[in-house]
Amino acid sequence: MAHSDPPSSDTGFRPIPPQPPPVTVVGPVRWVRDNLLSSPLNIALTALGLYLLWLVVPPLIDWGILTADFVGSSRDDCTSGGACWVFIATRLDFFVYGFYPDAERWRVDVMFAMLAGFLVPQFLPGVSARVRKWLGIFGLTVYPVISGVLLLGGVFGLEAVETGKWGGLMLTLVLSYVGIVAALPIGILLALGRRSHMPIIRTICVLFIELWRGVPLISVLFMASVMLPLFLPEGVNFDKLLRALIGIVMFQSAYMAEVIRGGLQGLPKGQYEAASALGLGYWRATGLIILPQALKMVIPGIVNTFIALFKDTTLVLIIGLFDILGTVQASIVDPAWGRVAIEGYIFAAFCFWVFCFGMSRYSQGLEKKLHTGH
Amino acid sequence: MTDIQSLQDPEGLVTGHELSHQVGAEVMIQITDMNKWFGSFHVLRDINLTVHKGERIVVCGPSGSGKSTMIRCINRLEEHQTGSIVVDGIELTDDVKKIDMIRREVGMVFQHFNLFPHLTVLENCVLSPIWVRKEPRRQAEERAMALLERVKIPEQAKKFPGQLSGGQQQRVAIARALCMQPKLMLFDEPTSALDPEMIKEVLDVMVQLAESGMTMVCVTHEMGFAKTVADRVVFMDGGQVVEQAPPSTFFTNPTSERTRLFLSQILKH
Repeated sequence: MAHSDPPSSDTGFRPIPPQPPPVTVVGPVRWVRDNLLSSPLNIALTALGLYLLWLVVPPLIDWGILTADFVGSSRDDCTSGGACWVFIATRLDFFVYGFYPDAERWRVDVMFAMLAGFLVPQFLPGVSARVRKWLGIFGLTVYPVISGVLLLGGVFGLEAVETGKWGGLMLTLVLSYVGIVAALPIGILLALGRRSHMPIIRTICVLFIELWRGVPLISVLFMASVMLPLFLPEGVNFDKLLRALIGIVMFQSAYMAEVIRGGLQGLPKGQYEAASALGLGYWRATGLIILPQALKMVIPGIVNTFIALFKDTTLVLIIGLFDILGTVQASIVDPAWGRVAIEGYIFAAFCFWVFCFGMSRYSQGLEKKLHTGH
Repeated sequence: MTDIQSLQDPEGLVTGHELSHQVGAEVMIQITDMNKWFGSFHVLRDINLTVHKGERIVVCGPSGSGKSTMIRCINRLEEHQTGSIVVDGIELTDDVKKIDMIRREVGMVFQHFNLFPHLTVLENCVLSPIWVRKEPRRQAEERAMALLERVKIPEQAKKFPGQLSGGQQQRVAIARALCMQPKLMLFDEPTSALDPEMIKEVLDVMVQLAESGMTMVCVTHEMGFAKTVADRVVFMDGGQVVEQAPPSTFFTNPTSERTRLFLSQILKH
C-alpha cells in the first residue's frame, strides 16, 4: 500500500527502521516461563500435571505396546498380560466389511481406494487448486453413483449384494458420506427457504426444520425401520438401509439448515444490496456472492455437524444394521476371546477419531485458504 | 412548495456554475408525488424530482432527512408506496424484469463500499458484466482494467478488497459500477466512511466522472464538491424536498429559512 512507503526526504521525517525483538521475548525458554512457570500457583499446577502424566502414560504404553500381543490367531496367543491386539487383527475383516461376501470384497476396496484417491490430495501441499477442485467435484457427484453401483451390484455382471450384508467401517462410511453429501445441499435450500419472502415456501421450510430438529435421531430411525412399513401398502418394501439413510439425511439437513442460516444472517446487508444494485438476480446473487461468503463463515459449524453426523451413524445399531461399532460390539461378546472389550472399544474409538480429526484438520486448512484479509 | 416547483426548469439551472457542460433535454429520472413509509413512519413525503441526461445533482440535508432512502428508491433497493418513479423511460413497479433492466443501467456506489470480499478487485469488476450482460470474460477484463486505470489503481487488480485502504476500496467500487456501462450513477454518501486523507482521492475520481458527462445523483456532505460539480443542489429535511437550486443560488441566496439554518450549521467551521 502507498501508505507504507517512507515519505520523501524533504519533509525531514525519518521513520525508525524496524529492530529484531529482544531474545527474552521469543523462543522456547520464554514460552516455558510464560505458560508453565509464571507464578507459584502455575509452578504447582505444572508439577501436578507432570505427576499425573507420569501416573497414566507409562502404564498405558506398557499395556498398549510393550507387553501387548500383536501376532497370532486366537486368544491363546495373548499371553503376555498386555493388550490383545491379536483380536483386532483377526477380526479386522469383519470390522471393515461386515458380512459382505469374501469374494466380492474387492468392490469395497475399490470404493475405499477411490475415496482415498480424491480425499488425500486435498491435504497434500503441492496439488494445484484446479486438480483439487475437479477431484472434489468427482467426489461429490460421480463417486457416490459409482460406489452405489459397485456395492449394490446386480448390473454389469456384478453379483447383487443385499444391503443387509453391508457392515463395519464400510457401512459407517456409506451412511456418513451419503449423509454429508446430501444434507449439505438440502440444508442450503432449507436455509434459503426459511429466509424467503414467499410465505408458503418459508412455512414449509420452517415446519420441516422444526419437525426434524425436534425429535431424537433414534426415534427417526425407529420410525423409518419399524413404523414406516406399517403405513406402506402390502408388497411395497423399501430397503432398510435406504430408509435409515433417508432418516439420517432429513435429520441432519435440518441441523445443517440452521447452521447455514446463521451464516446468511451474519452477512452484512450491504452485500445483498450491492449484488442487487449490480443487476444480479436472486439465484446469481445467492450463488456468486451470498453463499460463498456465508458458507465460508460457518465452516466450523458445518464441520461440527458433519462430525456429529459421522458419529451418529452408530445409532443404526438399534435398527439392526452393523456399523463399525456394531461389528466391534458383536465381536467382543464372543466367549472364545474372553475379555477384549477394551481393545475393541479403543479400536473403534480410534477409527472414529481418525476420520473426525481429518475432517477437523481439513476445515482448518480450508478456513485459512479462503481467508482474504477482511 | 410552489417556489420550489418553479426551480425545476432545467434551462435556468445550467447557468453560472463552474464546470460548464451540456445538459440534455432528455429526462433520465422522473419522480412524481412519491411517498414511502417504513412501517407506519412516513419517511418520504410527496417527492418530486426531475433529473435530465448529463445532469449532476447533489442531495444534501441533515441525517434522517430521507436523502439516502430517496436515491435507494431510484434503483428499487427500497420500495416506494405511492407516486411514480420513471428511470430512463421505464416505470418502477413490482415487475422484476423491469427492475433488473433499470439496475443494469444504474450504477450505485455505497457509503461502506460493499465490495465482495471473497473476490479480487478484478473479479469484483467483471462479475456483473459477465453474468448479467453475458460479455466474454476477456472483453470484460479489458474494460475493467481500463476503468481501474481511470480510477488510478490498476496495480491492485489481483488483490482482495480487504488488503486495500478505504479510499482505494471506494475507487474500486466506482470502477465496478462503471463496468456495467451505466447511464446513471447514484452515490450514497461515498466519502462519509473515509479518513480525511482519502476523501480527496475519491472526490477527484467523481469530479473526473462528472467531466465525462455522466448523469450523477450524489448524496453527500461535501459542499465543496457540490459547489464545483453540481448543476443543482437538492436540500431535503423531514422526508421532503425543501429546496432545489443551482449551487450559486443555493449557497449564497437560499429561499427557505430551513436551508439557511442548515447551511449556517455546516459552513460554520
